[in-house]
Amino acid sequence: MTTVAELPAGFADKVLSAQSTFRSVMDAMARPGSIQRIASMAGTPDTMMRGTAAIALTLFDHDTPVWLDGRMSATANIAKWLKFHTSAPIVADSSIAGFALVGDPQSLPALDRFAFGSNEYPDRSTTLILQVESLTDGPTTELRGPGIDGTVTLRASIQPQDLFERLVINAALFPRGIDVVLVHDDAIVAIPRTTRLVRGG
Amino acid sequence: MYVAVKGGERAIENAHRLLAHERRGDRDVPELSLAQIAEQLSLGVDRVMTEGSLFDRELAALAIKQARGDLIEAIFLVRAFRATLPRFGATEPVDTGTMQVRRRISSTFKDIPGGQILGPTFDYTHRLLDPQLADGFSPDEPATGEAPAMATPRVTDILGRDGLIEPSPAADADAPVADLTREPLNFPADRDLRLQNLARADEGFLLALGYSSQRGYGRNHPFAGEIRFGEVEVEFIAEDAGFAIPLGSIALTECQMVNQFKGSATEAPCFTRGYGLAFGQSERKTMSMALVDRSLRARELGEEVVAPGQDEEFVMSHSDNVQATGFVEHLKLPHYVDFQSELGLLRKLRQEFADANEAPQMQEAAE
Amino acid sequence: MNAPAYNFAYLDEQTKRMIRRAILKAIAIPGYQVPFASREMPMPYGWGTGGVQVTAAILGPDDVLKVIDQGSDDTTNAISIRKFFGKTAGVATTTATADATVIQTRHRIPEAPLHAGQVLVYQVPIPEPLRFLEPRETETRRMHALGEYGLMHVKLYEDIARFGHIATSYAYPVKVNARYVMDPSPTPKFDNPKMDNCPALQLFGAGREKRIYAIPPHTDVVSLDFEDHPFTRYRFDAPCALCGAGDSYLDEIVTDDKGGRMFVCSDTDYCESRQQAGHRGSESAAPHKERAHG
Ligand SMILES: [Zn+2]
Repeated sequence: MTTVAELPAGFADKVLSAQSTFRSVMDAMARPGSIQRIASMAGTPDTMMRGTAAIALTLFDHDTPVWLDGRMSATANIAKWLKFHTSAPIVADSSIAGFALVGDPQSLPALDRFAFGSNEYPDRSTTLILQVESLTDGPTTELRGPGIDGTVTLRASIQPQDLFERLVINAALFPRGIDVVLVHDDAIVAIPRTTRLVRGG
Repeated sequence: MYVAVKGGERAIENAHRLLAHERRGDRDVPELSLAQIAEQLSLGVDRVMTEGSLFDRELAALAIKQARGDLIEAIFLVRAFRATLPRFGATEPVDTGTMQVRRRISSTFKDIPGGQILGPTFDYTHRLLDPQLADGFSPDEPATGEAPAMATPRVTDILGRDGLIEPSPAADADAPVADLTREPLNFPADRDLRLQNLARADEGFLLALGYSSQRGYGRNHPFAGEIRFGEVEVEFIAEDAGFAIPLGSIALTECQMVNQFKGSATEAPCFTRGYGLAFGQSERKTMSMALVDRSLRARELGEEVVAPGQDEEFVMSHSDNVQATGFVEHLKLPHYVDFQSELGLLRKLRQEFADANEAPQMQEAAE
Repeated sequence: MNAPAYNFAYLDEQTKRMIRRAILKAIAIPGYQVPFASREMPMPYGWGTGGVQVTAAILGPDDVLKVIDQGSDDTTNAISIRKFFGKTAGVATTTATADATVIQTRHRIPEAPLHAGQVLVYQVPIPEPLRFLEPRETETRRMHALGEYGLMHVKLYEDIARFGHIATSYAYPVKVNARYVMDPSPTPKFDNPKMDNCPALQLFGAGREKRIYAIPPHTDVVSLDFEDHPFTRYRFDAPCALCGAGDSYLDEIVTDDKGGRMFVCSDTDYCESRQQAGHRGSESAAPHKERAHG
C-alpha cells in the first residue's frame, strides 16, 4: 500500500505550472486538432501520462467530480494521488462526472453514459480526457469547426477507432455535448463539441 | 495644433493624495481612532459587518475610516478583503435559543418566559437633538440587576409547541448550505440562498421593500413575534479533531416575524414565518429582512406573485449595494465611443426627418 | 490586524481554477454565457471586474499585457487596470497592439488586425443580448436553450418600421457559429465585422452578472440584420485630424463652444503608429517627435 509520503509529487510551483498548463489546454480547446505541449511536469501515478497529471492538477478540485475508467482505477494509487493533490471527489457514476479519465480508451463506455449538460446549462457536461497511443503517427482525420481556419488534419493513433463517428452525436445534441481532450505523454489535442469530421481515414 | 490629453497616471496619483488629505480633514482636529469608531459609531460598524459578510469590528472600523464614513464604500472594502480570505470550513449552526440576551421584545405576547427586556434602544427616546453630547458628556452608569435564571425560549418555539406556526425546516447538519459567493446564482433559488442574499442586502432596499409589503404590495400581515439581540457561541468542528471547538461569541440580532396563516383541505391553518438575522445590533435590517423573506416565500406557500417584494429574481438581482453602486457609478467612466455611435445615428435620423418634412414644402414653394 | 497577502495575479488558485474551467466551457460552446461565481474584486462592479478576473485567470509571467478603454491606453480606468496587473502579476505591459499577447478592452476592438496567439478580453456590463427585451433570466435562458430569437428580430424590425433603420448603434447583437445570439459588449457596431473569423481568441467577462463567454478563433460571427435592411457599419465620414486615417473609428473632440469640432482616431495606438510612420492629418504638428506629452 502506498503511503502519502510515497505518492508521486504534484507541481513544484503550483501557481505558475497550473497557469502554463491551463494556457496549453485553453489553446488546445481554442484550436481543435492542433497539438499543444504541456511544459510543467509533475509526478505520474501508475499508468497516468504526464499530460493527464498536469491537467488534473490544474483543473480538478473538490468542486469537480471525477470518474476513472477500469485502467485508471486498477490500483488505488491514481485515486489516492488525485485525492491528495486535488481533493476531487472520485465518483462511480459517470453521468455526474465533471471530468472522466480514460486510460484504456478501447473500452470507452458509450458516450451517453456521461453528462451532456442540458439545453439551458450545456456547460454541465463531462469533459473526457483520453490517453491515446500517438498524436503524431497513425491514420489522418480531417476536421473543421470553430477554432479551425478551414480544415485541420490530425494524424493520430486513437482508440476507440470509431471515436470521431461516435462524436457525431455532438452535432445532433448541440449545444449539449461532450468535449474531449486527447493526451499522449506531454502532447494534447482537444476536440470540443463544435468540431466536425470532414474525412476520416 | 491639437494635443491629446495625456498624463492620466499622474492625475490618478494626485487624486489619491488629495483624497487622503480630505479624508484627514482639518489637521488641527484630533484624528479618529479605530477604537472610537468601533465604540461610538457601533451601529455603523454593525451594518458594515453585516452587509460586508465579515464579523470583525476592527476591520469594519478601519473600512469606515478609510471610506470617510460612506458605509456602502466601507462595505465594499470589507467584501473585497473577505473575497481573498482562505476558507477553513463552516461553523456549526449557531443556536439563538441560548443567546445571552441584551434586548428581547415580542409584540405578540404581553409576557413571555424570560421576560421582555427593553435593552439599549432608541425606541422610546424623544428625538430631540441633545446639546449635552456636543461638548463631551459622561453618561450615568447603567442600572444593573441579577440576570434572570430563567431561559429565554424563542417565541416561535412556544407557538410551535402547539402547532400554531409552521415548523422551522428540519435541521439537517449534513445538508449542504448553498453559498452564493462560491457558486453562481441560478433561479429559482431556495430559501438558504435567498436568506444569504438578504443578509448581505442593502438595508435601505430591504426597508423599502418590506414597507411596500406592509402598504399592500403583496401584503402578508406580519407580527413581530420576537426581536432579540445578544451574544451567541460559535463552534467549529475541525475534521481531524472530531469534536466542536468553541471559537468565541459574536453579537447577533434575530427577528422572527409571525405572519398570516395558511391552510388547505389537507393542512390545518397555521402561522407562517419570516426570518431575519444580522451581525451586531441591526434591528431595522433584521425586521426588513424578515418581511422580505416572508414575501419571497410566496411561491412555496402557493400565493400569487403580484408585487416586487415577492419576485425573487427582482429582489435578489438588485439587493446588493456593492453591485448596484458599481453599476450606477460606472456611468462616470468614459462612454465616448458608444455615445459617438449613438450621436451618429441620431444625426442621421434627424437629417432624414428634416428631409422628409422639407420636401413637400419645397414642392409647394416651387408651384 | 490581518495584513492581506495576495497571490500571483491577485486571485487565489481555487478561484482561478473555477474561472479556467468556465473559460474552457465557453470556448467549447461559442457564444453561450457560462455562469461563474464571480468574486468581489478590489475595483467596483461595472468597472471591468469580469474582464479583470478573466485576465487574472489566464495571465502568466511571459505575457505582454495591453489594456484599453474607449480604444485608448491612456484613459484613467485603463491605466488603473494596467497598474493593477503590473503590481500583482509583474507582467510586461505595452501599448502596441501587435506586441501584446493579452489585450483587455472596454468598448473597442483595436484597428490593427489581431493575430493568432493573441487573446482579446472584453469587459462586459450586461452579457445578455435579450435583457432589454426580457428582464427575466429564467425567460432569456429558455430562449437561448430553444434558440428562439424571434423577440430580437421583432425588436429590430420595429426599429425599421419606426426609424427606417435598425436603431442600435453599439452593443449590436451578433449570432455566433450560427447558434447563439450574443452581446458583443458595448463596442460600436463599426467593430462588429472584426469579430468574424478573427485569428485571435476572444473572451468576454461580466463580473457583476457572473457570466463568461467566448468566440474561438476563426468562428462565424454575423451581425443580425434583414435581407432588405442589411447590417451597415457606421463611421463619421472624415479622415483622422492627426494621422489622416480614413478607415478608423473616430472620437469627436469639441474644440470650442461655437460648434468647432474635430475627429481623431479612438484607437490611440493605431493613430500614433500611423503618425510615426509619417502619416499626417489636418491638425497634426509637423514632426511627430515634437508633440508635447504633458
Ligand atoms: Zn488617427
